[in-house]
Amino acid sequence: MPHIILIGVNHKTAPVELRERLSFSTEETLAALRDLKQHPDITEALVFSTCNRTEIVYVCEKNNAVDTMTAFISRHKNIAVSEFASALYVFRKDEAVRHIFRVASSLDSMMVGEPQILGQVKQAYRTAVEARASGVLLNRMMHKAFSVAKQIRKETGIGDNAVSISYAAIELANKIFSDLSTKSVMLLGAGEMAELAVEHLLSHNVKQILVANRTFENAVVLAQKFNGQALGFEERESALADVDIIISSTGATEYVLTAAQVKKAMKKRQYKTLFFIDIAVPRDIDPKINTLSNAYVYDIDDLKTIVASNIQQREHETVKAERFVAEAVVKFRKWLDSLAIVPTIKAINDKMTAIVEMECDKTLSHLPHLSESDRDAIRRMTRAIASRAIHDPILFLRNTGDHRDDSLYLNVTRQLFHLDVSDDQ
Amino acid sequence: MGVQTAGTMLEFAFLLYVLSLAGYVFFLVNQQERIQKISAYLITAGVLVHLAGTAVLGTALGNLPVHNLVQSLSMAALAFGVMFLYVQYKFNLKMLGLFAAMLLSGTMLAVLLLPDTRVVPNEILKGFWFYCHIFLVFTGDAALGLACGAGILYLLQEKGIKAKTRGFFFKRLPSLDFLDFVSHACIITGFFLLTLGLVTGFVYAKLVWGRFWSWDFKEVFSMGAWLVYAVLLHLRLYSGWRGKKSAVMTIVGFAVIIFTFLGVNLFLGGHHQEFTK
Repeated sequence: MPHIILIGVNHKTAPVELRERLSFSTEETLAALRDLKQHPDITEALVFSTCNRTEIVYVCEKNNAVDTMTAFISRHKNIAVSEFASALYVFRKDEAVRHIFRVASSLDSMMVGEPQILGQVKQAYRTAVEARASGVLLNRMMHKAFSVAKQIRKETGIGDNAVSISYAAIELANKIFSDLSTKSVMLLGAGEMAELAVEHLLSHNVKQILVANRTFENAVVLAQKFNGQALGFEERESALADVDIIISSTGATEYVLTAAQVKKAMKKRQYKTLFFIDIAVPRDIDPKINTLSNAYVYDIDDLKTIVASNIQQREHETVKAERFVAEAVVKFRKWLDSLAIVPTIKAINDKMTAIVEMECDKTLSHLPHLSESDRDAIRRMTRAIASRAIHDPILFLRNTGDHRDDSLYLNVTRQLFHLDVSDDQ
Repeated sequence: MGVQTAGTMLEFAFLLYVLSLAGYVFFLVNQQERIQKISAYLITAGVLVHLAGTAVLGTALGNLPVHNLVQSLSMAALAFGVMFLYVQYKFNLKMLGLFAAMLLSGTMLAVLLLPDTRVVPNEILKGFWFYCHIFLVFTGDAALGLACGAGILYLLQEKGIKAKTRGFFFKRLPSLDFLDFVSHACIITGFFLLTLGLVTGFVYAKLVWGRFWSWDFKEVFSMGAWLVYAVLLHLRLYSGWRGKKSAVMTIVGFAVIIFTFLGVNLFLGGHHQEFTK
């Protein structure tokens, strides 16, 4: 009976330094898979490595290949087993399947529901296929993982909510403006946070990006990066007439835009909507601006509150997603069991045949007076008895389906007949 | 016979409106696209049955059925329904259906409950200018009603965003820009139709009574409603009255229209009163 085993570390069990040391690049993955294929006990394997996790899923005939695998990792990543053994988790059979399904569905991610993970899992699978390291079991399991991930994305709200500050800001911008591609953005300050927010905005293709910074050189550098235009910091007020979204992240201790300034600018722009995203601490944008009509100000705390409530809602959806995973695991198990029935039947047959042959030989050796045709008749009869005796049990095993737990019956059968199926395969 | 058939058809239209309303309420809560589609089909069917019923009634009576309160209300609802279908088709503002279904169900309930007193139509209430006047005013009012609906949706969405609570409607409604745009488009359409409606009314009055303007209460209030929208459009152009202020004005304007339609006849009298006896 083949076992699916998963061993790995993730962001919950290992600090980033350790994860870095255990991570596999694509080349390393290919090399590792090539190596694993040589191993006699391991029939299929897949290596999945991202910045948050490194996991190896493999199929082996013996249950105890874990030590082999830790030794393998230790050798490949040049790291002592003792250094990562405590961070390592091992899942077997259903638990391994469940884990892979959960990972692909982004239920095990640091940011639950983040959409990138499915693509990464698919990439890892593609690599395994390329290396010819995946076989019947892993192929089936990975395809199930993709379909359950898709189902969860479609039927639960797990991916709906913005759970990072910049996504929350974009979500708001999309509820204020109908078409971001016609809107201009002004960055006040050239900080890292602003850069991140703008990267997300760029993926929505805004019309234009202006960068104003006290140090003009920095503004130029950032503007160049985003194909935008640099402004002198003093120009920010006059620029208000033409931009729609302002992202501020300066280190200023006082407001860099006051309500009076914005009020004046509003008149010039005919009260077209302005959206201020203030991610600076202390704040850059006068909160009183929010009371002006058609002006909206969100500071970092407001955005954090949104993110927190979104995360809460996401957790709520997680329950539903876990149910989908559980259903998929059961279905996959059923399929695995149906695979296991054939070798069991064969083993019963083989065993009975062996017994019959042995007993016949034993008995017939004491009866030398029988003619050849008599011997044949006796042999035929014993075989017929044996095959009649196991006919019903085999029929029972073949009739899978319904709602019974096939693996239970297989187990019982194997124990009753004292079979070690895996040796026969 | 024809009148009875028409009555049954209007009842059926009412049923479809109510079902659609139920669908939209359901959609509001669970946000399933399928439910919204079904609701939109229901309201479309309602409007078509309503239109057919009105045609049957008009044929049976031998004139445009706007000669008492019940008929006028039904006609107003029909105009609103048709206008809604157009706006829905054009902008696909899903939540506007909730507002439309509410207004249609309410109006048709009144149509079915109020006594349908027979009126012998005044012979002068016929002719090209009269029909133009009726058609333009009813469709114009309908468009302004939809502007009010979009305005209400705008205020709901704006409130949540301004207060930073986002709230129930945040995910359910489109962007403020879009809501403002739909509302504005409806105002422009409605204002244009209403203007023509008033002009044809003047022409008709001149032909029948020999004067353009007779200080009839309905005339005064219609002019008042027209002025509200004229001011709104002017302020939007020259003083940037967009967004919230514009949305509030659409509600005020529509309230004046409703009063012009019902209140003037019920409380004040005048030569338009015949239509709402």
